[in-house]
Parts: sequence; C-alpha cells; structure tokens
Amino acid sequence: MRGLTPRTAAVAALFLFAAEFPVAAQTSLTGAGATFPAPIYQKWFSDYQSVGNVQINYQPNGSGGGIKAVTEGTVDFGASDMPLTDDQLKAFKDKHGFRVLLFPTVIGADVPTYNVPGVTQELNFTPEALAGIFLGHISTWNDPAIAKANPGVKLPGDKIIVVHRSDGSGTTFCWTDYLSKVSPEWKSKVGKNTSVDWPTGIGGKGNDGVAGLIKQEKGALGYVELIYAVKNHLPYGKVKNAAGGFVKADLQSVSAAAASVKTMPADFRVSITDAAGPGAYPISTFTWLLVPEKISDDGKRKAMAGFLKWAITTGQGSVEGLDYAKLPQQVVSQEQQQIAQIK
Amino acid sequence: MATTSYAPNVPHRPVVSSLYKRLRGGDEIAYLATLICAVTILLIVALLVVELWSNSRPTIHAFGWHFLVSSTWDPNSGKFGALPFIYGTCVTAALALFIAVPLGVASSIFLAEMAPPGLSNLLTFLIELLAAVPSVIYGLLGIFILVPLIRDYLVPALTKVFGFLPLFQGDFYGVSFLSAGLVLSVMVVPFIVSVSREVLLAVPVEQREAALALGATKWETTWQIVIPNASTGIIGSIFLALARALGETMAVTMVIGNTPKITASLLSPGYSIAAVIANEFAEASGSLYVSSLIFLGLVLFGLTIVINALARIMVLTTAGRRG
Repeated sequence: MRGLTPRTAAVAALFLFAAEFPVAAQTSLTGAGATFPAPIYQKWFSDYQSVGNVQINYQPNGSGGGIKAVTEGTVDFGASDMPLTDDQLKAFKDKHGFRVLLFPTVIGADVPTYNVPGVTQELNFTPEALAGIFLGHISTWNDPAIAKANPGVKLPGDKIIVVHRSDGSGTTFCWTDYLSKVSPEWKSKVGKNTSVDWPTGIGGKGNDGVAGLIKQEKGALGYVELIYAVKNHLPYGKVKNAAGGFVKADLQSVSAAAASVKTMPADFRVSITDAAGPGAYPISTFTWLLVPEKISDDGKRKAMAGFLKWAITTGQGSVEGLDYAKLPQQVVSQEQQQIAQIK
Repeated sequence: MATTSYAPNVPHRPVVSSLYKRLRGGDEIAYLATLICAVTILLIVALLVVELWSNSRPTIHAFGWHFLVSSTWDPNSGKFGALPFIYGTCVTAALALFIAVPLGVASSIFLAEMAPPGLSNLLTFLIELLAAVPSVIYGLLGIFILVPLIRDYLVPALTKVFGFLPLFQGDFYGVSFLSAGLVLSVMVVPFIVSVSREVLLAVPVEQREAALALGATKWETTWQIVIPNASTGIIGSIFLALARALGETMAVTMVIGNTPKITASLLSPGYSIAAVIANEFAEASGSLYVSSLIFLGLVLFGLTIVINALARIMVLTTAGRRG
C-alpha cells in the first residue's frame, strides 16, 4: 500500500476540519391531513425551514386520515378541511387527556362548473336551483328555476347530469354543508359529510375525475375547488348569496365570507357557508391545522408555536399567489391568543 | 443352533450418522425447505383473513349478515350495505368474461394452431405487452377514448337492435357497467391468450400426428383432439382472468360512474367493491365506516373463493360427464 499522497492528506484534513464544526440539531415535525391546502402548506414548510430551523414533513392523505393520525398520536399535527365534530374532539381528549386545538390557516371555496351545449356565458345559480338539481328534482337545463336567474340565455332542454365526488373530501363537506343550510330537504334527506349518499348523479375521483366527467358529458354540472377551476380554466357560475346578489368566487368574495363571521367561537369550529354580507361568496370554508394542546418535547413545542405564529402573519403574504384567500385580521388576532395556549 | 442375522459381523450404525448422510443427500432439506415456503404462503393468506375479520367486527356487530343484502350506503347516517357493490363486481366481471373468453380462446387457437410461427410469436409478444400496461392507463384510455366511442357508436346501435331487452334501456352517460365491462375485457384478454396458447402448444405432437394419420383435417385435429386435450389449461386461464376482473380497481373506478345502484340495465352507472374501497378508505373516519369498508374487502375475498369454487365444480361435473 502506498504512503499518504498529498491529495489524500488534503482531503482527509478537510474532513477533519469540517468535523470540528458541530451542525445545529434541526427539529423536525410531521403532519398529515387535508389535500386541499397541501400546496400552500408545502410552500410554507419550505419557506419556514430557513426561518425557524425546523423541518416539517406533510402527508396529504386526506382530512379523515389527518384526524385519525393526530388522534392516534402518530403525527405531531393534523390538517382538516372540516371542523372536528364533538365526538372527534372527545375521542382525542379521552385518548390523550388534553384537547386538540384547531387553527384556521387559509380559506377556500367550491364552485359549480358545467358543460352546457350552446352556452358560453357565465350562468347564475340560486340556492334553490342548486339544491333542486342535486336532489334530482330539477332534471333539465331549461327548467324555470334556472332560466329565471339567467334571463337572455338560451338554455337547451338537455338533461342535467349531476357529477359529484366519489372519494371522501373536504370539498364535498363544504358543498353539502352549504346545501344543508339552504335546503331543509337536503339537510334531512342527505346531510353534510365528506362522503354522502347522493340522491342522483355519477361520481368522479378527485377534482380531476369530476372535471374530466364534466368535460365528457354534455349537460353535466358538478362542483370543484375554486383553485382547481382557476388553474384549469374551467367555466364556473355565480351563486346567489344570502344578501341576494349573484357572486362569482374569487379571492375577495371568499375573504369577505370569512370576514362576515360576527363572533368567532373560541375553538374556531365555524362554518362560513351561506355567509351574510353583500360581497360574500356563499360556498366558502376555512381549513384548519389540528395541534395538540400539550406538546411535551420542548423543541417541538417551540417549533410548532413559532410556525403557527409565522403562518398566520408572514405566511399569509404568499397565499394569494397560490389562489388561496387570506385570513381576516380579527381571526388572526384570536388565533395568536390560542397559540399561547400550547403548553 | 443360532438363526439370528445373516451378517453377524456388521457393526451397529448410530442414528446420527445416517441422518447426516440423508441430509447431505439433499432430499430431506429440499422437502423441508419447500414445505416451509408453501406453509408460509398459506399462513400469510390465513393471517390476511384473520386481520380482515377482526377489523370488521364493529360492522358485523352492528349489522350482522344483513350487511350483505342491504342496499343503503350512507356514511353520514351510519347505514352501510354491500349489495350494490357485490352486484356491480359480479356484473362487470361477467360482462368482461363474456367478451374476453370467446375472443381470447379463439385468438389463442389461431396463434397456436393456424398462424405461421413468425406471425404467431410477434402477435403473442404484442398481446402479452397488454398485460404489462398499468391499470390506471387503461382507466385513462377508457374514459378519454373508449367512453366517447361507446357513447357515439356502440350504444345507439345496441339500443336500436336490442333496445327491447331490459339490459339496454335507460339513459346512457358514458360511465356505466358496459364501459367498465369493456375495459376489463381488454385487460383480461392477454391472460387468456398467453396461457391458453402455451397450453395448446404443449399438447403432445403424437396426439396430433395420430389424428392426422387417421385422416382428420387440420381443423378436425384442432377442434376434436388438441382443444379437449388442453381444456383444463384453458379453463385455468379463464379462472386467472376472472380473478383479475373481480379485483381490478383503478380502471373500473374511472369508468363505472361510482354510483351504488342496482339496475338491470348495463347502460346505468354502478359501483364495485374494489372501487368503493379505493375511493373512500383514505378519508373514512369513524370505526363503523372503516370496518364496513374492511368487511367489504373480506366479502370480495369470499366472493372470489365462492365463484372459483362454483366454476371448478361446474368444470369437474362436465369433465366427468365427457369421460
């Protein structure tokens, strides 16, 4: 074996030199849950890594999965498009002995998208029309309930093909929550959940499944997330809100829906569908991060609290770039108080 | 007078060295090793069944066997029933086999018996490539190419000719039992063709030569000697195809319409067990919902076993009669 060459010696010295500098231990957090906010969460986590020296890994496997995982304790935090029910809160408290806190992060919306032969304009939908269509009572496009809201538009006599989500999703929860509020019949017959027994229609998997089916079928009507519709240039209609005006979903109208909450409950479990206020888009929803009240690991607790503080203030600056609506200021202030409750 | 052994001077061999000799020979080890492998597979299957069963307990407790005949699937109110999914799984698999079996067996006969060897090898290679295509691709092809074709050409023709049958009545929205059955048939044909062709080629050449020597034509040899000889293998390939058709998930969920409905019409949208589990399991919350989906998985397992058993019984009885 040859002796130590100068090159080898130099490389070895470099390694020894580098080993003298200790690398700061990076805290890491894991989370799982909703797919809807996954894009903004990924951006936040990568932006925050340099700010707070914490690596956050997120698995977008669905709101149900997130609730399950944070209740089991297999992740540090969860994410959900729907507020936890009393039963789910109780299940967490029973298992861990302390509560889980909900933190709204961004706001999203569902829009009605359609494929009507011969119609290129934006259609207006009243709550009664939407409920009637999804209940199966209104079956053709030229039904008076739709025609009345769209004077001057030539609606064909084609059958309406209702398209809904076949997989469980927060998008469905938002849509069915809205229909439950505007239609007593829907509320008693179907109800609101991430997955329901649809009275009529065909199911597509994911936003892309629904959009694909709508594109294929003439006369189809379905619901997709606002961001998905915007990114894929899908035509979507206006919906009549509680104040009586037809509102098109966009960042301002969705934020207006969130701002219309008069008193935000202490636990942030609120539904903002069918919001009051002239410019509010009625099919909007918060999405929440689910964080345990007690985090025993010091590093993780500081990291979690630091991230939350950052996300609801500095982080809000990047949400509109990805087509999410910002949190209203009064919600942010109330959340900052709740962050202090994480012990 | 001593009448004991013939070789009184043979030393008594200890048991250990003879066992060592047998082990070195390899037979015992081979037997043990392969036995362990076989038992492991059986154990895995048994463990699967046990896990499925134990995780289905909340549903069994709540609904009992009524689960298998109930048609409601309402996650919101907590009522679950498996019948629409069992129906959809059986209908799509039956339709797939109805199309794929004649097509596949006829193709394999052509490839094994009639085509020139070069053409046969090329076509077989291409057909076997079909089996390698991921099922999601089939789903995409189904929804973007097959469904419009069916909607614009096939269904109008079917309703014009067979519209009096309840099978082809009602509105057609593209996604339906018919579309799912057609996509599945394309997916299972390669299995039938490749296995049947191998089995047909494996029929001993003496059998063929004997038939030809007795004056049979090529087709008579094929039809009366080769195919009956290969029939168990062909039936086996059909079982393989059936198993794939029953369990196929992604391609089916993209073209079946995902509506839990039981109707006689093939033109209506439907649902299958694998599709509902793929769609709803990730977001299912609540022990009753999750255990209902797991119980559906167990039902699919049982369905596969029952259908296979019935098919084998049918084959055995007809084979026995043929003698």
